[in-house]
Amino acid sequence: MKVKSGRLKVLAGAIYFVFIVISFVTGFKPGRQIGDNFISFSIEMLKILPCAFILIGLFEVWIKKESVEKHLGKDSGAMGHVWVVLLAGTTVGGLYVAFPVAYSLFKKGAKLSVIFTYIGASAICRIPMTIFESSFMGIKFSLIRLVVSIPLVILSSIWLGNYLEDRNYKVMEGK
Amino acid sequence: MYYLYYVTLFALLVSIIADRKKTFTAIKISCKKFINIIPAFLTMLILISIVLFFVPDKMISDYLGNNDKFIGLILASVFGSVTLMPGFIAFPLCGLLLKKGVGYMVLSAFTTTLMMVGILTYPVEKEYFGVKVTIIRNVISFFIAIIVAISIGFFFGELL
Repeated sequence: MKVKSGRLKVLAGAIYFVFIVISFVTGFKPGRQIGDNFISFSIEMLKILPCAFILIGLFEVWIKKESVEKHLGKDSGAMGHVWVVLLAGTTVGGLYVAFPVAYSLFKKGAKLSVIFTYIGASAICRIPMTIFESSFMGIKFSLIRLVVSIPLVILSSIWLGNYLEDRNYKVMEGK
Repeated sequence: MYYLYYVTLFALLVSIIADRKKTFTAIKISCKKFINIIPAFLTMLILISIVLFFVPDKMISDYLGNNDKFIGLILASVFGSVTLMPGFIAFPLCGLLLKKGVGYMVLSAFTTTLMMVGILTYPVEKEYFGVKVTIIRNVISFFIAIIVAISIGFFFGELL
């Protein structure tokens, strides 16, 4: 079953790329536009992902499990959430960078509610993005957004973390 | 964004000086993790390229600009959820819409769902956290975005 759906995906991907190549050769406009979208987003992500993964690799070899457990683990209390909101503030990119980082934090012993706070916070309070936002929308807009959303993110993460821990949730293996 | 390069370079240099072997292991881990997740990223990029073709920026600004504010709120949060845009495109677009008279509430519904709800990042998120958690997290995020938008509407005097 799994093999079959994998093959189907590869086939769909192959059809997609053949379609894009043919569109570029024949000048089929919609296809070219889709191809352009693909290329521009790939470039955008390639500017960030290699650095992000190198940092993740360094994190995995250098940071001790005990210290992650101590600050972000089961007994970290409220401070755990504070630390990851600060860490999220420096995150670059978007959700797609936050997922692998959150996953590594979890593997090193961070508790579930803390990694969900990290994911939520890295969506909404990345500092460079917020500065950029306030230059277009005004400081009042950014401030209200942060003040309302951060507590909601933390509360919902605590709820989701507890809910999953009660049900013995396991994060995917081997990524 | 350049500070990411400086931080990475600095961390790598320090690591190499401290322990060459460990750094090598780290790079190996990085590559392995990156390669493992490439299929999910490709799926995501393919989805993005197709969805953005059917939902271009112009369509979003047309719809957000021409409606009652509550319909606008709903439309904005749906657009924000199903599309994906880097901040350097999204915020100038919103700045433009603001000048055209679109309300803060509608725009915040759009930007907040854009940031928090990731239907297009689903292929990547599910690889790490599974289908169920991905769905729950996105549903919660959607409602948080709505609450944020309504608060913004309230504080900017658009509701009363």
